[in-house]
Amino acid sequence: MTDKSHDPNQMTGAAMIVRALIDHGVTDIFGYPGGAVLPIYDEIFQQSQVQHILVRHEQGAGHAAEGYARSTGKPGVALVTSGPGATNMVTPLTDALMDSIPLVCISGQVPTHLIGNDAFQECDTVGITRPCTKHNWLVRDVNDLAKVLHEAFYVATSGRPGPVLVDVPKDVQFATGTYHPPRKSDVHRSYAPRVKGDAMQIRKAVTLLANAKRPVIYSGGGVINSGPEATKLLRELVEVTGFPITSTLMGLGAYPASGKNWLGMLGMHGTYEANMTMHDCDVMLCVGARFDDRITGRVDAFSPGSKKIHIDIDPSSINKNIRVDVPIIGDCGNILGDILQVFKAEAKKPDIKAWWQQIAQWRARNSLYYRKSNEVILPQHAIQSLFEATRGRDTYITTEVGQHQMWAAQFYGFEEPHRWMTSGGLGTMGYGLPAAVGVQVAHPDSLVIDIAGDASVQMTMQEMSTAVQYELPIKIFILNNQYMGMVRQWQQLLHGNRLSHSYSEALPDFVKLAEAYGGVGFQVHKPADLDGAIQEMISVKRPVLFDCRVAALENCFPMIPSGKAHNEMLLPEQANDEATAKAFADGKALV
Amino acid sequence: MNQPASAYFIEDRHDPNETHTLAVLVQNEPGVLARVIGLFSGRGYNIESLTVSETEAQKHLSRITIVTTGTPMVIEQIKHQLDRMIPVYRVVDMTQTRRSIERELAMVKVRGQGDHRVEALRLADAFRARVIDATTESFVFEITGNTDKINQFIDLMRPLGLVEVSRTGVAAIGRGPEGM
Repeated sequence: MTDKSHDPNQMTGAAMIVRALIDHGVTDIFGYPGGAVLPIYDEIFQQSQVQHILVRHEQGAGHAAEGYARSTGKPGVALVTSGPGATNMVTPLTDALMDSIPLVCISGQVPTHLIGNDAFQECDTVGITRPCTKHNWLVRDVNDLAKVLHEAFYVATSGRPGPVLVDVPKDVQFATGTYHPPRKSDVHRSYAPRVKGDAMQIRKAVTLLANAKRPVIYSGGGVINSGPEATKLLRELVEVTGFPITSTLMGLGAYPASGKNWLGMLGMHGTYEANMTMHDCDVMLCVGARFDDRITGRVDAFSPGSKKIHIDIDPSSINKNIRVDVPIIGDCGNILGDILQVFKAEAKKPDIKAWWQQIAQWRARNSLYYRKSNEVILPQHAIQSLFEATRGRDTYITTEVGQHQMWAAQFYGFEEPHRWMTSGGLGTMGYGLPAAVGVQVAHPDSLVIDIAGDASVQMTMQEMSTAVQYELPIKIFILNNQYMGMVRQWQQLLHGNRLSHSYSEALPDFVKLAEAYGGVGFQVHKPADLDGAIQEMISVKRPVLFDCRVAALENCFPMIPSGKAHNEMLLPEQANDEATAKAFADGKALV
Repeated sequence: MNQPASAYFIEDRHDPNETHTLAVLVQNEPGVLARVIGLFSGRGYNIESLTVSETEAQKHLSRITIVTTGTPMVIEQIKHQLDRMIPVYRVVDMTQTRRSIERELAMVKVRGQGDHRVEALRLADAFRARVIDATTESFVFEITGNTDKINQFIDLMRPLGLVEVSRTGVAAIGRGPEGM
């Protein structure tokens, strides 16, 4: 028998976890201690390479890790205990799965001999999180732990990124075993995401693009996930081809909002020009987006006359909602590089002057128009003011979910990727505040603003306490209309204006609340006071709750009503009661 | 088409359903079957038949054979969704290749006396079913074949005193010298 006592790779499971984090370059994790993770917390206490941020609720840890991941491109890490700690992670895990965010969650579990016994704080964590992770593991032997942790990081960050969970029973954390640094053989042989696109398909795509009369590029979050090279290549492709470009909610910032080929966001609350361009185009290049139902509108009337090229790293995204003509499976950046190379070698910029003239006519409809007021702050105006005040600064924006989120997407111009953190797929109210915490941890000197609604922000308000504890000067900019605005908008449009439980009869005094947490509160009612207050907010180096009282009944337009196609948008100037009723008349018939 | 009041686009899809047999080669590890079944229930796919067994113990490989129905678009989705699971090595659509053999095994218990008993035995012989248990008033037949053949046999046994049936579900393999 050899003496292993001096082998530096002999260590406890808990020590392996901290070591693996260090080996994967993790510097910050978000978590909450509890019985089943105490050995890990004991290891964290005895080192200084990994900083632990104590949240106030595990959901906050998950969203903070998501914000961290999205603003850095690195995986976010969360550490939670068994039972309720794990179940509280279900929302962020699902959120990260829907938005393809690399997240590594380590959860404690009751000791292996108690699994299945309904022990204290026991739950079937891997069973519960199986459908809301890209993959998950229950580690029963300490000698498997290093391999599983390394594989977890690889799976989370490779291919289509996503959340993973490693469930570690407490006895495995105490047990001593052999650690090894990351190596290739740690990964399932059955997992090999494809990176390079098929050359034949790329050629077909270039032929379509080169002969297009009415082309459009429709880009998504995949471009941002692919990394800075993909963003650079996307911009170059737009430059080389001269094509118009629109983007999903997730893809904002990949192409700059100030770019001359920018059409604005597309989809349900996208611009008129973006949606009309999509509807009437003859060649569509979809890069790293997935034809989500908020994007397509009515599927059988979606861009009926176009040939569609779809670049996606996940084969299951191809032909899921919309049949495409040229699917190319692989990494966006890699494929964009190949397309550019072939295009530059063999094709020349097609003449699409007539198409741009058509687009100019659609643009002239000014679909984001709203009527300003001197009496009351319009929410759109508030976002515009915020944008103007922060333009040119090193700013990161997160949001909650609802009307304010759509207005932020419409009126805040993103110039760079990784600057916009919003819950797109799952639509998680309460995402923005903890996400801002995560972003600020990653970028301590940047300006981090959560554009929030009064309803959403109360779902994870407790994380203000985290922000105060770690001196994270996040700015929570609340568009306060006292309603769940988007719920109310649907009730007005589709449910006979019966506003069932979408009004908050009792709201906290956000200024006093900020002060109670040890932060700073602002409240603004008048448009004239807005700009000054925003400047003051920016200059405060502490967490801020900014209660921006806005026009209560303003709704979010333009809008594709349900069951309608891209060319049947409801524009703001048409959105009077009668036109709205007519646009939704089909719906009313079945109410 | 009328739209109910919904934040979603509700539409009817009229593509006809097809039945496909999929062979799925997976890493035999805890939870792998739950992942596959969870995918089907979670995404609203149908399972008509499911068989699973370890096929290469040394490599820890199991083979899952699934018979499913759906529109061509849904079948394509199912294959891609299965294929992207971490422990899944390969997914082969045995129906699409048109070069596969499908077999199922059933044990069929029939109770009866007199002419019924004689008739059951005669039919069993015609279907090449074997008697694997007998009493003075019952038989258990073992029958192997494709799903249609077994369904037909069971239908014929019904008036002759069918008591119960136990079926394995479909297993499938490709023709010719190549492996999957």
